[in-house]
Amino acid sequence: MSKELIRLKDVSMTFDGETILDNMNIYFNDKEFLTLLGPSGCGKTTTLRIIGGFLTPTSGDVIFDGVRINDIPPHKRQVNTVFQRYALFPHLNVYDNVAFGLRIPKPYEDVSSVALSEASGGKKRKKKLSETEIKSRVTEMLEIVSLKGFEHRSVSSLSGGQQQRVAIARALVNQPKVLLLDEPLGALDMRLRKDMQQELKRIQKQMGITFIYVTHDQEEALSMSDTVVVMNAGKIQQIGTPEDIYNEPKNAFVADFIGESNIVDGIMREDNVVEIFGRKFRCLDKGFAPDEPVDVVIRPEDVDIVDVKDGALTGTVTSVTFKGMHYDIIVDFKGFKWLIETTDFCPEGSRIGIKIDPDGFHVMKKSEYSGMFGDYSSYSAEYDEIGDVEYEESSLEDEADEV
Amino acid sequence: MKTKLSVLGRVYTFLIYFFLYLPIFVLIVFSFNSSNSRTIWSGFSLEWYGELFRDSVIMSSVYTTLLVSFISALIATVFGTAAAIGFFNMRGKMRTHLLNVNNIPLMNADIVTGVSLRLLFVAAFFALGRAFGAINGFLGTHLPVSFDLGFGTLLIAHITFNVPYVILSVMPKLHQSDRNLMDAALDLGCTPISAIWKVVLPEIMPGIVNGALIAFTMSIDDFVISYFTAGSKTQTLAMAIYSMTKKRVTPKINAISTILFTTVLVLLIIVNIRSLRQSKNNDAKQKKGILK
Amino acid sequence: MKSRAFAYPYVLWMALFVVAPIIIIVVYAFSASDGSFTLDNFSNMELYLSVFGRSFGLALIATITCLLLGYPLAYALAHEGPRAQGIMLMLIMLPMWMNFLLRTYAWMSLLEKTGLINRFLGLFGIAPLNMINTPFAVVLGMVYNYLPFMVLPIYSVIVKIDKSLLEAAQDLGAKPSTVFTRVIFPLSLSGVLSGITMVFVPAVSTFAISKLLGGNKTMLLGDLIEMQFLGGSYNPHLGSAIALVMMVVVMVCMFVMNRFGSDDEQVVMF
Repeated sequence: MSKELIRLKDVSMTFDGETILDNMNIYFNDKEFLTLLGPSGCGKTTTLRIIGGFLTPTSGDVIFDGVRINDIPPHKRQVNTVFQRYALFPHLNVYDNVAFGLRIPKPYEDVSSVALSEASGGKKRKKKLSETEIKSRVTEMLEIVSLKGFEHRSVSSLSGGQQQRVAIARALVNQPKVLLLDEPLGALDMRLRKDMQQELKRIQKQMGITFIYVTHDQEEALSMSDTVVVMNAGKIQQIGTPEDIYNEPKNAFVADFIGESNIVDGIMREDNVVEIFGRKFRCLDKGFAPDEPVDVVIRPEDVDIVDVKDGALTGTVTSVTFKGMHYDIIVDFKGFKWLIETTDFCPEGSRIGIKIDPDGFHVMKKSEYSGMFGDYSSYSAEYDEIGDVEYEESSLEDEADEV
Repeated sequence: MKTKLSVLGRVYTFLIYFFLYLPIFVLIVFSFNSSNSRTIWSGFSLEWYGELFRDSVIMSSVYTTLLVSFISALIATVFGTAAAIGFFNMRGKMRTHLLNVNNIPLMNADIVTGVSLRLLFVAAFFALGRAFGAINGFLGTHLPVSFDLGFGTLLIAHITFNVPYVILSVMPKLHQSDRNLMDAALDLGCTPISAIWKVVLPEIMPGIVNGALIAFTMSIDDFVISYFTAGSKTQTLAMAIYSMTKKRVTPKINAISTILFTTVLVLLIIVNIRSLRQSKNNDAKQKKGILK
Repeated sequence: MKSRAFAYPYVLWMALFVVAPIIIIVVYAFSASDGSFTLDNFSNMELYLSVFGRSFGLALIATITCLLLGYPLAYALAHEGPRAQGIMLMLIMLPMWMNFLLRTYAWMSLLEKTGLINRFLGLFGIAPLNMINTPFAVVLGMVYNYLPFMVLPIYSVIVKIDKSLLEAAQDLGAKPSTVFTRVIFPLSLSGVLSGITMVFVPAVSTFAISKLLGGNKTMLLGDLIEMQFLGGSYNPHLGSAIALVMMVVVMVCMFVMNRFGSDDEQVVMF
C-alpha cells in the first residue's frame, strides 16, 4: 500500500461566523488520484486552498509528510495548483509561463523545508537552474501535455483546452509531490472535458504523483479517481473507491448526489430481508437491529419491468422520456414516484409490475438526510436543473466567490 | 509581515496626502485673514469674500466659465454620443484612423492645441474679412470686415477638446452592450432611429452621463486652451486668476479657492453617498436573493 | 448599417478643428511673415536650445519623481478595503478639480522668502532657504499638480490584476518580493506608461507653473511659445516651429517608450 502524504487533522474553518469546514479528518496517499466531490459551497475548494497554503484553518493541523505545515506560506510548499480559471500570466508566453517556477531560486533553509526536501527524495534543490536545464524541462513538459511547438504563442491566443494544458504543465514542471486541481475542466465544453479527463488520468499515471481534484461533477469524479471523497456542508459524507461510493452509499445524500436513486423508507425485518411498501423483499444487507427503520436505495437501472400479475409491486406510468439508449419512465407506486430506466416502451398511463433482484437493494442507516432525497414527484423540475449547463456554470461561480 | 507592510503603507499614504492637502489647507485658512498678508495671521474676517463678490471682473468671468462649460459640455455630449455610435458601426481601418484623429487633442499638449486653434481662427477671420470686404466693395453692403476672438471661438475650442472625452467614455459602454439588442429592436418593428433612441441610448446612458460630467469639469478646469482662444475681451475664471496672480497678490484668490474647494467637496460627498447607498441597496437585494 | 452616418458631423468637425489647425501650424512653421517658404524658424531655434534642454530636463525629473512617489501610493491604495479605496481615490482627485493655477498659487505662499516654510524653519533657528524662483520650485509645482495623473492609471491597472495570478505565482514558489517583480510590476507596466505620458506631456509644455514658481529665471518651452503668440516678442511663425518641434520630440519619445514597454494595446485613462 502506498504511504500517507498529507493529513488534515480536526481541521475547521469558519468565515464571518459561518462554518465552512467542520472538524475534518482526512488523509491523502502518495501517488493516488483523489477527488473531492460535492455541491457548490460544500467546502471542497476551501479544503484545497488549505492544502495549497492560501488559507489557514481556524483550528486543526495540516500535516505534510509528518510535519505540521499550517504556517508555511504557499511559496514554500511542495504542492502546486491548477487554478479554476487557469490564472496564466498574460504578460508571458507559453514557454515563460511554464518556466516561471523553475526560474525562481529556492533556498529551502527553514525547518519545514528539511522535511519538504526530504519528501522530494532526499535531493536538495539547486539554488538556481541554468537556462539550458530549464529549456529541456519545459520542452519535455510541453511534450507531455501535447503542446509542442506552442512555446512562443501568447497565452491569450490559446483555446480553453490549450490554456488548461499550459496551466497543468506550469504546475507539473516543478515536480511537486502533489498537484491540486480546482475544477480544472469547469470552463471547457462537454467534448473537450471528456478528452481532458483521459489526458489528466494519463498524466497522473505517467508522473506518478498525487492528484487532488475538486469537482462538482459526479461522473467526472467516478471515471477518473482512485478515491472519491463526497462532501456536503463542510463535512465528509463518505470516502471510498468510485465503486463503493456508487454501490454502497452511506446515506441518502451520497446516494442522491452520485447517480440517480430512488430512496424509500423501509424496515429491516431480519438479516437479508427488507420491507418496503408493506412487502418483504430479499436483499444482501445484514447487520441491522431487528425491525430497524432504514433508507432503501434502488437504482433506476436495477428495476425490471414485468407484467402486472408477475410484479412484486404494481404502479402507473406517469411520464416517459426517450433517452436514446433507453427510456426514463416515472412510475407512481401508491403516491411515491420512482424513476426507472428501461429499454421496453411503456405508454403513459399504463399499469406495470416490477421485480427487483436481491442485489438491487441497498440498505442504509437513517441519517440527517433521510426523507430529503430520492423522490421523483417533481421529476421534470429536478431533471431540468441537472441537465442545465448554465446552472452548473453559475454554481461554479458561487463557489469561486465563496472564499 | 503583511501587517508591517501595511503599516508602512499607511504612513506613506498619509505623508503623500499631507503633501497634497497642506497647501490647500493654508490657502483656505488665509482666505479668512483680516489683513492682506498670505503668511501672517492677523485675525478672522470675511472681508475678502465680500471683496470677491463685489469684483465685477471676477463675477463676470465666473459667469463666462459656467456658460461656456455648460454649453460646450451639452454640445460635446450630443456630438460625441452620435460620433461614438457612428464609429462603433464602422469597421476596420476607417474606425481605427478616425479614433486616432479623435485622440489627438487628448494626447497633444494643451498649449499646442491652444495656439493651433488660435492660428486657425485668426487665419479664418482674415480670409472671411477679405471675402466680406470684396463683397462690400462689389455690392455696397456693410458686412463686417474684421473679427475678434471671443466667446464664439472659446466655445468652439472647448467643444473640440471635450468631444474626445465623451467618445472615450461612451465607447466602452457600446462595446459592453449586446450587439443583438439593436437587431432585436429592429426585428420587433423599430426603425433604426427609434431603435437607437429606445434601446441603444438607455443601454449606454451611464457612459453618456459620465462623459458629460468629465466634459463639464474639463471645461471648468481648462486654462491654457482658453487663454489662447478667448481673445482679449472674454475672460474665464482661470484666466482671471492668472492675471491676478501675475499682478498684486490679494487674498481674494484664497477666497475663490475656498469656495471652489468646498463646492467640489460637497458635490463629491453627495455623489459618493448616493453611490454608497445604491451599492448597499444592491448588496441587501443580493443577500435577500441568495437567502430567498 | 446606416448608423455610421451619425459620425459624419463630428468627422467634419475634426477635419476643421483638429486636423486643419495642425496643418496650419506646420504651414506657419515653414513660412516667413510674408508667406514665403523658409527654414529660418528652425535654424533660429538654436538660440533657445537651453530652453529646450531645461524644459525636457525638468519635465523628466518631475516625471520620475511622480513615478517614484506615485507607484507606492497606487500600490498601497489598491490594497485597501473597497470602502477606504473609494474615499482615498476621491481625496486624490479632489485637488484636481481645483484649478491648477490655484494649486500652484498655494505653493507661492509656502515657498516665499518670508513664506510659511521658512518661518517654520526659523523657529528652529534655520536661516531662510531660497526656494521660490528656482528650478526646484518649478519641479515641485509640476509634481504637486501632476501626481494624480501618475497615481490613477497605475492604480486602475493594479486593482484589476486577477488575485489568482498572485496566488499562482506564490504557488510556483515566488516569495512576496518575487511576486511583485515578476508579476505585479510587469502587469502594471501599461498603467506606468500612460502615467508617464500623462505627466510628461503637460510638464514639458507648461507655462504658468514656471511663471508663478520659477520667476523669470527659469523660462520653459511653454513660456517661449506663449511669448511668440501673446507676449512681447510676437512671432507666430517661430512659435509654431517651436511647438511643432516640441510635439514631434514628445511623440518620438512616447513611441520609443511604448515600443520598449509592452505591446499592450490600450492606453489607460481613469
